[in-house]
Amino acid sequence: MSIILNEKSRVVVQGITGKEGRFHTKLMLEYGTKVVSGVTPGKGGLSEQGIPVFDRVEEAVKQEGANVSILFVPPPFAADGIMEAADAGVEWIICVTEGIPVQDMIRVKTYLNDKKSRLIGPNCPGVISPGKSKAGIMPGFIHKEGSVGIISRSGTLTYEAVAQIVDEGLGQSTAVGIGGDPIIGTDYKDLLALFEKDAQTEVVLLIGEIGGTAEEEAGEWAKKHFTKPLAAFIAGQTAPPGKRMGHAGAIISGGKGKAADKMESLKESGIHVIENPAFMGKAIRDLLN
Amino acid sequence: MKIHEYQAKELFAKYKVPVPRGDIASTVEKARSVAEWLGSDKIVVKAQVHAGGRGAAGGVKIVGDPDAAAEVARNLLGKELVTYQTGGTAKKIRTVLVEEGIQIDREFYVSMITDRAAAMNAIMVSREGGMEIEKDAVDHPDRILIEHIHPVTGLMPFQQRKLAAVLGLTGNAAKSAMQIFANIVRLYTELDASLVEINPLVLTREGFLTALDGKINFDENALYRHEELMVLKDPYAMDPGEKIAEAFGLNYIRLDGTVGCMVNGAGLAMATMDIIKHYGGNPANFLDIGGSADADRVAKGFEIIVSDPNVKAIMINIFGGIVRCDRVARGIIDALNTVDVHIPVVVRLKGTNWEEAEKLLNESPLDFIVAHTLSEAAQKAVEAAETAGGAV
Repeated sequence: MSIILNEKSRVVVQGITGKEGRFHTKLMLEYGTKVVSGVTPGKGGLSEQGIPVFDRVEEAVKQEGANVSILFVPPPFAADGIMEAADAGVEWIICVTEGIPVQDMIRVKTYLNDKKSRLIGPNCPGVISPGKSKAGIMPGFIHKEGSVGIISRSGTLTYEAVAQIVDEGLGQSTAVGIGGDPIIGTDYKDLLALFEKDAQTEVVLLIGEIGGTAEEEAGEWAKKHFTKPLAAFIAGQTAPPGKRMGHAGAIISGGKGKAADKMESLKESGIHVIENPAFMGKAIRDLLN
Repeated sequence: MKIHEYQAKELFAKYKVPVPRGDIASTVEKARSVAEWLGSDKIVVKAQVHAGGRGAAGGVKIVGDPDAAAEVARNLLGKELVTYQTGGTAKKIRTVLVEEGIQIDREFYVSMITDRAAAMNAIMVSREGGMEIEKDAVDHPDRILIEHIHPVTGLMPFQQRKLAAVLGLTGNAAKSAMQIFANIVRLYTELDASLVEINPLVLTREGFLTALDGKINFDENALYRHEELMVLKDPYAMDPGEKIAEAFGLNYIRLDGTVGCMVNGAGLAMATMDIIKHYGGNPANFLDIGGSADADRVAKGFEIIVSDPNVKAIMINIFGGIVRCDRVARGIIDALNTVDVHIPVVVRLKGTNWEEAEKLLNESPLDFIVAHTLSEAAQKAVEAAETAGGAV
């Protein structure tokens, strides 16, 4: 069945008239995603690639029945855009935007506390359920429908994993990029819970990075609640402390967030830890056999 | 973004967090005149570099008169400082901070960060200031208190009282501490900081609190709304490669190995460094040239990598998704026609149209080592670096 996105998902694009929004709307439409509406404040009434544009998310959701939102909104306006989507009652909010200030994300998280909407990202490639729908910036055609669930903090490293999995003759149920920022919406744990219940998913690959303790927490949760085979790779084994490795969240600080500690903790939780990133696909194949 | 101690103290003063009297000097004469103006028989001269551990490395001296302060400034200015936090590289001292010495009764630790798991800011205090804060957290949890700051309420007075109580402060000192905590929280949130640290915050023999040392880091993503902070960035504190990278929107961090890496995407860049290590090599850098990987960016990437004399071989690992591999390959060939690279270049392109890309690289008159898989590329790059005489 896949998680988050399926062939019925109706997607609204926030920031549809911007350069990125326009470009990726085209690619999402080509992939078969049901993009039903777009939002750009001040551009309501226009149409973009045949899709009606609204001033406000509420209108875009009500009039076109959207249940998933994807944001290509510039960083200064992204927090407002996420909250607007939650206010409009969108089920899943996927925020691609990179560079949102951390203090803005604190406000967003607080705002979302009593809302039913769930946020993916920010600073993420989005979500794809191959063969059904994609709401993101990942290259759709490298994916193949199948039984592997992927949860990752990275972009291109996820594509690398996807390609390796396809090279092994396997495919993905859903691949979710949860984002490389210090504060993100939905975490590994929440998504593992969805994959646990998803009949299409037989195995999950978790791709982590240095920084924070989300991977360790996911491992501890999985030990108690996750029954399917689970493999993990942690990027940044060679990263020195105190240096930000590109992603705002990928930093070893105050002795926390080292790859070695994460790998050790995941092993203790009974998760298959992949040491060499060239063999992510092979590890998944071995787990399935 | 990191700033210097003296800049942090200027911001503290602006936010009514008390700091010792003092001023900066980049010449010996200025150091002497600041010391004369202070008129104290205890003067502290502190090297201003972006690293902790300055005291142990000889970057902080206490003297008794302006002549001695000038002598210390003469010894420090223009010298290079290596501390346990500079990662083996030396930081050139261009400025010293000259301050009046403080008669210390007790030393505390105060810091503020964002707790990513809780999605809240948090303030932490410890009864013991100094270098051993991480160790202290484990050995004496009762001497440390972390208070989360709810985004709706801010730091409440009862929380300020709790923090002051952990420090064992009473009366006016406690009141002063509560004000300092509130002011740090205001500084942190108003200026989009990612770290504020006062280590130590001292109680003077006269019963006043003052920030003897300070560190502030800022959230780079929020600098767009703080023009006043951008001028605080010290261009000299950056590695030359890091400076070029910043100007062109690339992400580069210099490391101490011999295999230069050029990758698109931060996660894949880290994984590429990891696999080089896995096959016995050492990565010379982290370099994320971004998703589009066009010729200009690739050319800048080469320039940055070869600016590091330790690099003996380069590994390019690019996943061509929406940007096709054949376009990336053309970009690499074009870039090598404009930048002089005299070391082996291993190229591995994966994704859309990789077959055509490999053909282009193989047919080019330039001398590439083309690799097909991630492990093959890493092994070839490590081997090339070893052959070129790099001690890996």
